[in-house]
Amino acid sequence: MSHAEPSPGSAYYFPHGSRLPFYGSASLFVLMAGAAATLNGAAAGGWILGLGGVLLAGLFFAWFGQVIRENQAGLYNDQVDRSFRMGMMWFIFSEVMFFAAFFGALFYTRQFAVPWLGGEGSKGLAGLLWPEFEAGWPTNGPAALGPRADGSFDVMKAFGLPAVNTMLLLSSGLTVTIAHHALKSGQRALLKLFLALTFLLGFSFLSIQVYEYGHAWHELGLQTGTGIYGSTFFLLTGFHGLHVLIGAIMLVVIWLRCLKGHFTPRQHFAFEAVAWYWHFVDVVWLGLFVFVYWL
Amino acid sequence: MVEAAVAMDHAGHAAPARGLTRWLTSTNHKDIGTLYLVFALVMFLVGGAMALLIRAELHAPGLQLVNPGFYNQILTVHALLMVFGAVMPATVGLANWMIPLQIGAADMALPRLNLFSFWLLFFASVLLTSTLFLPGGAPAAGWTLYPPLVLQSGSAFPVAIFSIHLMGASSIMGAINVIVTVLNMRTPGMTLLKMPLFCWAWLITAYLLIAVMPVFAGSVTMLLTDYFLATSFFNPAGGGDPVLYQHVFWFFGHPEVYIMILPAFGIVSEIIPTFARKPIFGYDSMVYAIASIAFLSFIVWAHHMFTVGMPVAGQLFFMMATMLIAVPTGVKVFNWTATLWRGSISFEPPMLFALAFLFLFTLGGLSGLMMAIAPVDLQYHDSYFIVAHFHYVLVPGAVFAIIAGVYYWLPKWTGHQYSVRLGQWHFWLTAISVNVMFFPQHFLGLAGMPRRIPDYATPFADWNAVSTIGSFVFGFAQLLFVWLVWRCARGGERATAQVWDGAHGLEWTVPSPPPYHTFATPPELR
Repeated sequence: MSHAEPSPGSAYYFPHGSRLPFYGSASLFVLMAGAAATLNGAAAGGWILGLGGVLLAGLFFAWFGQVIRENQAGLYNDQVDRSFRMGMMWFIFSEVMFFAAFFGALFYTRQFAVPWLGGEGSKGLAGLLWPEFEAGWPTNGPAALGPRADGSFDVMKAFGLPAVNTMLLLSSGLTVTIAHHALKSGQRALLKLFLALTFLLGFSFLSIQVYEYGHAWHELGLQTGTGIYGSTFFLLTGFHGLHVLIGAIMLVVIWLRCLKGHFTPRQHFAFEAVAWYWHFVDVVWLGLFVFVYWL
Repeated sequence: MVEAAVAMDHAGHAAPARGLTRWLTSTNHKDIGTLYLVFALVMFLVGGAMALLIRAELHAPGLQLVNPGFYNQILTVHALLMVFGAVMPATVGLANWMIPLQIGAADMALPRLNLFSFWLLFFASVLLTSTLFLPGGAPAAGWTLYPPLVLQSGSAFPVAIFSIHLMGASSIMGAINVIVTVLNMRTPGMTLLKMPLFCWAWLITAYLLIAVMPVFAGSVTMLLTDYFLATSFFNPAGGGDPVLYQHVFWFFGHPEVYIMILPAFGIVSEIIPTFARKPIFGYDSMVYAIASIAFLSFIVWAHHMFTVGMPVAGQLFFMMATMLIAVPTGVKVFNWTATLWRGSISFEPPMLFALAFLFLFTLGGLSGLMMAIAPVDLQYHDSYFIVAHFHYVLVPGAVFAIIAGVYYWLPKWTGHQYSVRLGQWHFWLTAISVNVMFFPQHFLGLAGMPRRIPDYATPFADWNAVSTIGSFVFGFAQLLFVWLVWRCARGGERATAQVWDGAHGLEWTVPSPPPYHTFATPPELR
């Protein structure tokens, strides 16, 4: 392995300019314009969106490729490492706040909006809109919105597939920790094995979620249009699933880097960043399991 | 130390690239700071032109220039551009230029991310502005984008939402960069409580940004799914509630106003000691006050919603919490005043703008205190009194502080001293016209004129005419500022390294203009 250990006293590495930020911003511009055009039903929308996706993938390859090359060249000292660590931590915090918005929406509707619609409390005036509506949870609202003609829908039971998914994600949290310890003690074979196990568990989780979504959408009458229950269910689990997908891809990337012999027992920020991210995804899931599926 | 700063190119640092390539690819904090500042100035003029159109329409009762639908669109885009395109990028530009110079760092900690933040903001602003030209026009529900009104937008709707997502991503990346730079890049010996107050203000602003921009992204995402995926977040028929949007939005929106004003506090805390020739009074309490304001900003959001119908307990809590903000803000105002006490004061343009900030921001803060009182807010709500209030804290508040900051550091950036006489002209025209423009709006609001309307009853005519005259004087006075900055960039009397005889801090130890790379080796603190 040709990894040069950076000397702690060397200077902080600053890049000499880069074309990637402009290219990346332009890619996101194309992606977002394409997404908007698709939503508006424009004929070329899908193509623009696809082009944006390809450009963005190119950005990730180029950007992370450059960072990895600089790292392998030993350009990053301890201070740079600390910058990356802080950056990743605060990025994850911003993600936490993103989910907080949706959890907040869930708690607000369950605690306030729905009971008020049922006529409860000092804002029970809202109950005058639909006097016959009985507040409860889960609900698709007084107008019983949803795909079925009779306005009924079935809920996703917590202790079926979601419980299996909980086990999968919790185990993956364990396997990534084992992989981390293996990395720190120099057991590379164990590291590769458990890292592979981690992303396989992640992809299993996603496969089950795809199946679950199909089941909900076609058989349970549970869609994004199924009132507030369907809205919170799909937005919360959907954004979580997206983050699992991102996390799993990140795990594959660092697994490939492990196969190429990257990372030392002392220097492996990328590994830790991905592990933090994976634990974050795990913790969000626990919140989802308790508040969306179970209670 | 000056020699050390000049002889910076030893580490093989590249000289700036030529022409357009420099501005597209440079990761140098000074270049990116300049990009941000120029961009903010352009957006300030574009948003300002929109404001003049609004004021021209309101010059007299009746409809004269625009139709009501377009009025609402231009009002919405004016607000979004001024907040996300002018004020915030201007403070980010100042942060980029000054934080590394103030803490003795060679650059921002994550330079590529820094440039990414800028260009993302640029493209997001293009998307946002393009909504004016799309079928159905721009969103017309005001910058708060309340449903169900905003859900009546045309095909520009997703474009506006995605532009907000991109601006949020840009802000978060910028904020992460500031936090990492301040916490990880300070020169040895500069402990947190020795840091210039501008850095402190920005550090705390960055935390606010990271905490609330994702919430804003979440709230507009719910708008998007309500529009396209049939979700019911804000639809009572499905069990949702439009008031939910207001809660989530203002959980972002209230800290957002502090995101715009805290850096302004930081700038003023740099300028007043320099021109009073005294150290800032109560440095530690200034830091604690900023932190307290930031904390309180998270628990006061529903004071924007007293009229939507909230349980009394909620109204009481948000009323009390809001009034608490007056305490740390008072600490700051009194500390600035105490810094002036027995100071040897001179009135160069930065100090003039800082002093005007001190008086006029306080005025805006006090009208805010009036609105915090829930029972009387029922009268003020959605009236021109609100418009007067937030323009007082944003224009003679945030914008004056930014202009003061530019006047303060411009000789440092360009290496030239500008015409103080011209700056004073700019100041007096601006400071008088800003009051002519906004002060009568208090009267209009108290008399009952609602906001966000293109037409109004005739009793409101006189003060509206006065306000419009003020706005045009204000608008054209800013061209003086543009000309002054342009001239200063092109040439003029050489500025010394210290520029102002009362200035202290690391940024004044490097030459004016500073070399392309400064502090490659961390400077020693005296």
